[in-house]
Amino acid sequence: MEDIEHIEKEMKLIDENGVRLDGRKFDQLRPIRIEAGVLKRADGSAYIEWGGNKVLAAVYGPREAHPRHIQDPARALVQCRYNMAPFSVSDRKRPGPDRRSVEISKVISEAFSSVVFKEQFPRTSVDIFIEVLQADAGTRCAGLTAASVALADAGVPMRDLVAACASGKIGGVVCLDLNKEEDNFGDADCPMAVVHGTGEIVLLQMDGHLTFDEFQKAMELSLGAADRLFELQRDALRRRYSVTLEEILRESPPPVAPPPEPEDRDFAPVEEPGPQDEAPPRDEDFGPEGI
Amino acid sequence: MSEEIVSDLMRAHIYRLAQRGERVDGRGLDEPRKLTVERRYVGTAEGSARAKLGNTDVLVGIKMSTGEPYPDTPDTGVLSTSLELVPMASPTFEAGPPRPEAIEIARVVDRGIRESKMVNVEKLCIKPKEKVWILFIDIHVLDYDGNLFDVGSYGATAALASTIVPAKAQGLGEDFPLPVEHWPVSVTFAKIKDLILLDPDLDEERMAEARLTVTTDENGDIRAMQKGLSGSFSFDEVKRCIETSQKVGRQIRPILQGS
Repeated sequence: MEDIEHIEKEMKLIDENGVRLDGRKFDQLRPIRIEAGVLKRADGSAYIEWGGNKVLAAVYGPREAHPRHIQDPARALVQCRYNMAPFSVSDRKRPGPDRRSVEISKVISEAFSSVVFKEQFPRTSVDIFIEVLQADAGTRCAGLTAASVALADAGVPMRDLVAACASGKIGGVVCLDLNKEEDNFGDADCPMAVVHGTGEIVLLQMDGHLTFDEFQKAMELSLGAADRLFELQRDALRRRYSVTLEEILRESPPPVAPPPEPEDRDFAPVEEPGPQDEAPPRDEDFGPEGI
Repeated sequence: MSEEIVSDLMRAHIYRLAQRGERVDGRGLDEPRKLTVERRYVGTAEGSARAKLGNTDVLVGIKMSTGEPYPDTPDTGVLSTSLELVPMASPTFEAGPPRPEAIEIARVVDRGIRESKMVNVEKLCIKPKEKVWILFIDIHVLDYDGNLFDVGSYGATAALASTIVPAKAQGLGEDFPLPVEHWPVSVTFAKIKDLILLDPDLDEERMAEARLTVTTDENGDIRAMQKGLSGSFSFDEVKRCIETSQKVGRQIRPILQGS
């Protein structure tokens, strides 16, 4: 009896054609949109929409670390605060850090710690704030991916961008990027963050039940997704910072033809052989002051 | 936990030894310290175990009470894990609310036990939606010499296996042993430069750039993982760690089972 129920539950999550509840295949990401530079006061910021997730990330610093005793005389601290808004989940979440957010904040801080050039900013702190406004599973990955763009937007020197995506298992099938239902009723979830250029894994967590082969497949899916995320991150930064010729012209119009006087004076000795010709403008220039 | 400093001399020594596949205490790189487990250490607890891994020493107590289930799991018992870094265990531990380090360890230990379905929590339901058994796992760190992730997990696993559900005292029939069905084993690795050391002691842990905990079950399947610290692992390193943790898990499991 229990087995039948179990199978029915699995059938619902992914059908015999490998199509998931929201119509995705096993290796498809949900729709993702990233925007860089969305907050005015923060040194850097980014907003990400990832399926039903809406997450803001802001970066302050490098700035003097407070309280003083946490300062590291040799390098900057990278401190992340991951927070969920009380209204971001179906049952109101009690505001403030719970044990889950403390853990997520810690692993995200550590993930960025290895890419930021911390030695350039002793005694400072690079503060990353991640606010989950609307949650639909995979918020730590969405938050980390946005925070990476926010760090770049803040101009914090880094080795590379970091992107994160989870893979999991639903109905016995290893799938990329689980949504809320899949996460709740699935068999495993494995979030992972990767440094773009090197493929280093800087965040890795897993809960559920995976065999070695399933885990390997999950990692491969997440690594592949990270590549697509880098493109989205880069595009977001390009949109923020690239300018068209038209914009350049509008903001700083080409210099108006320089006044003839100084030009005459500058080129006079070359073009005009006669020293007398140089004299009148000189008189005009210095005459009044001389008087 | 992060304030302790390892001298450059010690760092160089540890790394040089590790390059030759050796360690300060004579172990190989893939070899855990000696584990001893003493069950039913505390009479006032429903279950308990004192676990020592080398010089790291923890006492885990299990207390049970009855209460309301969570609304999303109305017919299963509740599991709650916490860890206290008792100030006597290290000069760097201070009294006060749990630090992020302690929260992370407790949550990773909890994840291994929960996700392996070690305790059949469905058998801890008294009346659906109204009354279930609540299981508190309290890990008390007494002496800290590195790798609390594994010792904490070993102590908790052994303590759970020794637990007798106090049904009689609650007027719920006869006492019965806690339904334990699986045996997760947590194995933690520390990465020092290009080398990976299993079950790091304090100095090794201090100088590690990255940490990886893998919890496997009796089938060798992965039930929980956690990467920590600011360094990184490559895909291949992660795969090697998993394979080693499966192997070492098979050695540790009988000690936890007490056979």
